[in-house]
Amino acid sequence: MTNKVIMLGNEAIARGAYEAGVKVSAAYPGTPSTEISESIIKYKEVYAEWSPNEKVAAEVAIGASLAGVRSLASMKQVGLNVASDPLYTFSYMGVNAGMVFVVADDPGLYSSQNEQDTRAVARAAHVPVLEPSDSQEAKDFVKFAYELSEKYDTPVIVRTTTRLSHSQGIVELNDRAEIADKPYKKDIRKNVMIPGFAKFRHVAVEQRDIALTKDASELPINKVEMNDTKIGVITSGMSYQYVKEALPRASVLKLGIINPLPRKLIEDFAGKVEKLYIIEELDPVIEQQVTSWGIKAVGKEILTVQGEYSANMLRQAIGGEVLALEQPAEVPARPPVLCPGCPHRSVFSVLSKLKLHAAGDIGCYTLGALPPLGVIDEFVCMGASISTMHGIEKAKGKEFSKEWVAVIGDSTFLHTGINSLMNMVYNKATSTVIILDNSTTGMTGHQDHPATGKTLMGEVTYMMNLKALCVAMGINHVVEVNSFDLAAMESAVKEAINKDEISVIIAKSPCVLLDKQKRQGYRILADKCKKCGMCLKPGCPAMRKSADGTVQIDETMCNGCGLCKSLCKFGAIEQAGEK
Amino acid sequence: MKTTNIMIVGVGGQGTLLTSRILGGLALDAGYDVKLSEVHGMAQRGGSVVTYVRYGEKVAEPIIEEGMADIIIAFERLEALRYAHFLKKDGVLIANDQKIEPMPVLLGMADYPENVLENLAKKYTLFSVDAMQQAKQLGNSRVFNIIVLGLVAKHMKFSKEEWYKVIEKTVPPKTVEINKKAFDAGYQL
Ligand SMILES: Cc1ncc(C[n+]2csc(CCOP(=O)(O)OP(=O)(O)O)c2C)c(N)n1
Repeated sequence: MTNKVIMLGNEAIARGAYEAGVKVSAAYPGTPSTEISESIIKYKEVYAEWSPNEKVAAEVAIGASLAGVRSLASMKQVGLNVASDPLYTFSYMGVNAGMVFVVADDPGLYSSQNEQDTRAVARAAHVPVLEPSDSQEAKDFVKFAYELSEKYDTPVIVRTTTRLSHSQGIVELNDRAEIADKPYKKDIRKNVMIPGFAKFRHVAVEQRDIALTKDASELPINKVEMNDTKIGVITSGMSYQYVKEALPRASVLKLGIINPLPRKLIEDFAGKVEKLYIIEELDPVIEQQVTSWGIKAVGKEILTVQGEYSANMLRQAIGGEVLALEQPAEVPARPPVLCPGCPHRSVFSVLSKLKLHAAGDIGCYTLGALPPLGVIDEFVCMGASISTMHGIEKAKGKEFSKEWVAVIGDSTFLHTGINSLMNMVYNKATSTVIILDNSTTGMTGHQDHPATGKTLMGEVTYMMNLKALCVAMGINHVVEVNSFDLAAMESAVKEAINKDEISVIIAKSPCVLLDKQKRQGYRILADKCKKCGMCLKPGCPAMRKSADGTVQIDETMCNGCGLCKSLCKFGAIEQAGEK
Repeated sequence: MKTTNIMIVGVGGQGTLLTSRILGGLALDAGYDVKLSEVHGMAQRGGSVVTYVRYGEKVAEPIIEEGMADIIIAFERLEALRYAHFLKKDGVLIANDQKIEPMPVLLGMADYPENVLENLAKKYTLFSVDAMQQAKQLGNSRVFNIIVLGLVAKHMKFSKEEWYKVIEKTVPPKTVEINKKAFDAGYQL
């Protein structure tokens, strides 16, 4: 029996944490980091939770470390922005038992609103950052991160990227290390960061930086592969794989630690090669430091700070190869769409009819910005719909904001929307907020949250009541409406926007993908269809106009929500099996 | 041994992940180094999806680039056309003859190209099957991707027993029989 298996980068990260003896893991979902938590729950020795947001998750893991057990917080790159407040100060405090942040960057923007580079955040926070380049290393580096964390008394960031997190490779499994819990020690000079104590901890941070910089050159996670010395490449993470593919004869210094950089190792390597390239996806984090030491290197001037790299890109930019590639055929794009039967579509069809603007947020419902619905005007980051709506009202007044609503998903509302809503109450807003409550975190693949009644580990728990929550905040006008009841939704929205007080509408209907029972699909009665196109307006992907102008419904795609039937004035749509 | 490069393309929700897991398991059992790569997330919402499978002595990058694919498995016509230029000169395109219209086409903002497979066959070595139709005949439309895989198997060097073994390990126990039948249906084409 071999102990080699194929693992997703994220599964390997979870495995690494398990083998390192981690006992507490906390996270908020976010592509491409979500599967770390979803995989870690198979290890019964680990307590794992979804926290309502990344700041909370980080603090849970910090608490566990202070108490004396190894802990993990995982998130996507923008999640670290939310968690950066605890990150920066925990860097001063240092750990009791090892604590690791796994942060997933998204070069190529497969599912994010920006392409920020976590390695730069790690530098700013004076926290070591490691960068694995395949599933095996993902596991090994996470384990190594715990050793570093405890040896140097610091949280450690392991940076992954979409390509690593969502690639599978062969991983050799080991047993879990039996790590004894550390005793809890009260130490206010280290753990209470009032200015008087923090001042001294800042000294400790600087000493740690110096010590780590010195030791970094000796760490086993860096690798020198001397080959032909005409071309030398310094690289890390997934870029290493592209280098091996495109420039098999080059000498390579593969960095496992990016902050602090192993300066001596880099200077030695640079001295041995004729022409030095630095190849890293996103920001020139390695390049800027190395060139600031007076080392000549080529990097971003021939490559780019955007998107993913590839071997072909390097073959052309560095190898000077001219690739005779075929041109892709011109084909219509296939963008992601709201699923057939999605309750968000129904709510948006009302907002579209009323010609309202929407301050948007992030989730499946952000797709409502695209044609044919086109109801969302702006979206910045999680929770921002409600607060930008408030800013719009304060800027232009009540009359202006009557033409707007804020729309936010249930998971996003509980993530950070709740603070923004509190602000609206406090600062006397009159605008309208619609919480799109589909009873799940849809976009990232259906994770539970505080209002679903289930934990990450599958236990039943208290189900937060969104209406009661809003009422408790001091909002008088809170109504719950079935997302598919178009008439009720329309009158609720009209009433809300015309009120001189803040209103919350909770649009309720579970995500259609959660509903395992397939409902009967709908069909068109061609003889009654007047070809008016009303039913096509919300853009259901199961519906199309046929050559003669009548509408067709694809029975294999229809999820039976009935929105089209509600929109048809001529009774030309019926549910299969209906008389 | 040269690395073998297989791409699986289709529409989110068509089950490309199961197909890649079977191919990955096959290569792993045969003792190769394997890498698979797919992008989750947005793609689930009916978007265009692509999965890469690479195996050989030692695999570096997990993706397959233009002009590198030995085999492209396309679960939908338009997606076959979108990715066909990733094929090597002597590569093989295996297509499921199914049409799923993307939103721009449904909205009348773009046209779904005509005679996609016929035109692709002029340029590439192409084998196609209406797997959905065949799967319905077998009584389970969900196994259409395993029918396609059976057709793919004819162009790969693994024995039928090796395929059976990995199918048994990968699909839910209750569906082993129907999946093997589906595989056979594709293999016999
Ligand atoms: C700070 C941050 N964390 C995580 C994410 C990833 N993310 C995007 S949408 C989303 C949740 C969406 O859930 P919900 O608000 O319930 O809307 P739904 O998708 O169900 O419509 C998450 C977690 C993010 N973009 N930013």
